[in-house]
Amino acid sequence: MFAYSIRSLAQGALVLVAVAFISFSMFRFVGDPVANMLGQEATLQDRQELSERLGLNDPWPVQFARFIGNAVQGEFGVSYRQGRKVSDLIKERLPATVELAVLSALVATVVGVLLGVYAAINRTGFLSNAIMSISLIGVSLPTFLIGIGLIYIFAVELRWLPSFGRGETVKIGWWSTGLLTESGRKSLIMPVLTLAFFQLTLIMRLVRSEMLEVMRAEFIRFARARGIAERTIELKHALRNTLVPVVTIAGLQLGSVIAFAIVTETVFQWPGLGALFVNAVQFADVPVMAAYLMFVAAVFVIVNLIVDLLYFLLDPRLRSGQRVAKGH
Amino acid sequence: MAEPAVLEVKGLTLEFATRHGTLRALDDISFSIRRGEVLGVVGESGAGKSLTGSAIIGLVERPGRITGGEIRLKGERIDNLPPDRMRAIRGRRIGMIFQDPLTSLNPVFRIGDQLIETIQTHTGMGQAEARQRAIALLTEVGIPAPENRIDAYPHEFSGGMRQRVVIALALSVEPDLVIADEPTTALDVSVQAQIITLLKRLCRTRGTSVMLITHDMGVIAETADRVAVMYAGRIVEIGPVKDVIKHPQHPYASGLMGAIPALDTRLNRLTQISGSMPRLDAIPAGCAFAPRCTKAIDRCRSERPDLMPAGASEAACWLVGKVSAEASA
Repeated sequence: MFAYSIRSLAQGALVLVAVAFISFSMFRFVGDPVANMLGQEATLQDRQELSERLGLNDPWPVQFARFIGNAVQGEFGVSYRQGRKVSDLIKERLPATVELAVLSALVATVVGVLLGVYAAINRTGFLSNAIMSISLIGVSLPTFLIGIGLIYIFAVELRWLPSFGRGETVKIGWWSTGLLTESGRKSLIMPVLTLAFFQLTLIMRLVRSEMLEVMRAEFIRFARARGIAERTIELKHALRNTLVPVVTIAGLQLGSVIAFAIVTETVFQWPGLGALFVNAVQFADVPVMAAYLMFVAAVFVIVNLIVDLLYFLLDPRLRSGQRVAKGH
Repeated sequence: MAEPAVLEVKGLTLEFATRHGTLRALDDISFSIRRGEVLGVVGESGAGKSLTGSAIIGLVERPGRITGGEIRLKGERIDNLPPDRMRAIRGRRIGMIFQDPLTSLNPVFRIGDQLIETIQTHTGMGQAEARQRAIALLTEVGIPAPENRIDAYPHEFSGGMRQRVVIALALSVEPDLVIADEPTTALDVSVQAQIITLLKRLCRTRGTSVMLITHDMGVIAETADRVAVMYAGRIVEIGPVKDVIKHPQHPYASGLMGAIPALDTRLNRLTQISGSMPRLDAIPAGCAFAPRCTKAIDRCRSERPDLMPAGASEAACWLVGKVSAEASA
């Protein structure tokens, strides 16, 4: 298991270096930072001085090494547009996105697994069929449409929930949270539902089909022949075997929830990283874009590492280092 | 006999409702097993051996349904019990061993957990006591160092060892009857004999009755007290193992026994019964074996024979008198 973890770590590091290289090349290909920073009236000498100061005259491997060195310390330079340190901007926006994404992932996983198990156990029930039909909507409707629909119903017509922003937030250290005020919590509901809906339906359908397959396995039949209660068989024997593939998908989805909250954040004008990135793209604010790219890559790598470790908890066959084909 | 048979099956009929009509998979099956007795059930694939086992333990999967007859366990009728009471009988009074030990055990739970779970489901034992019992069981089925191995996962055992664990599970709360459905088919030949010997010894010391489903005549000859031969959903012959093997009454049974190669004669080709078993939707009106039978007479094709006494056994064949006369001549 130790060797396995080391290997996963090394792979993760490799991915990050590759992404860093792409981020780094953006500086050279997307616009000219010197022109961006000095404006049009600068003299040639001003430009050369700034190029020298920014290290832009060094050979690119040196620049790349410096970029990585800074990135490791969380430094991505200064935003062209806002003139503030990118690390400060990210620090400011991070809590909004993390709160939104983690809550969404939680809702999607918990509700998705519960509904999936229910739909698998009562395969032919009316409620199961209803759930399955509604879930089709979740899989096929684009996120922004769901968001706009929710806004129309709950903000415009019913006026129960605010249609944009985070509401009031409370500062805990540098972290700002909306969970401690009523308006903050109210503001969270619709964005969380919007972001969670697709993942929820995906996880639910996956849990259901995996569980139905596991229920046909021979060891389930043997458990019945031993007189184990049907509920125990479903919720213990079958569910545990169902979770291995589900964790893979749910984990990858959690990564994309954090990374691609962009659409939801745009619809609800959520002051998170996604909104920051969208603005940065509009103004070719390369340091911010580069930092966001690195952030997304880091999230995916970390989530994958956690998923890998979860496998060991769930599937004892992996612990002894031997890979066993899934037998049914 | 004052004591009722441990298992008594009478006129058991099982049907599958399909789109193309009802298929009769088991037709009027009757037999009984006494305390401590080993009944072998043989027949080719699809004859209904495993289905009979599933019907007894109440695990027939839909669309299969018991449509006639009754099953009694120590005199108590069990084929029409509500699911909850039947569940309490499974494992507690009837144990079952499946063919493939590699897939019988849940891969994500320790074998000890699966044993303890079974013991606690059926007895009021506490965790510690159940664990002691689980270790004792593992010792009994010949797992070395059971105190350590109890915390191992199924994939850490070989096929033979896993089947020992499965046997421990099936016998964990001392059932009256064990249904062993091809318990050695999936195992190495070298391990098969060990597993059969183990099963036989454990059941003999406990007085447990066994229904041993197999198509290995060698296993039957060595283990069973009586044997039932099944063909196309019916029992065609049932009797003491010695009689059925040495003097089979039914032409199908004698064909089966004839197909066992003898060690002392050289054969270019193994003996076989020509043709194949009829499909369930095309069972002939008379004796199901008639189309393949070399001795069939007109009556066989029009009228279905029931089991009738034939020497020490019973056979479902119109030629019973004649065949036995030939055999003894």
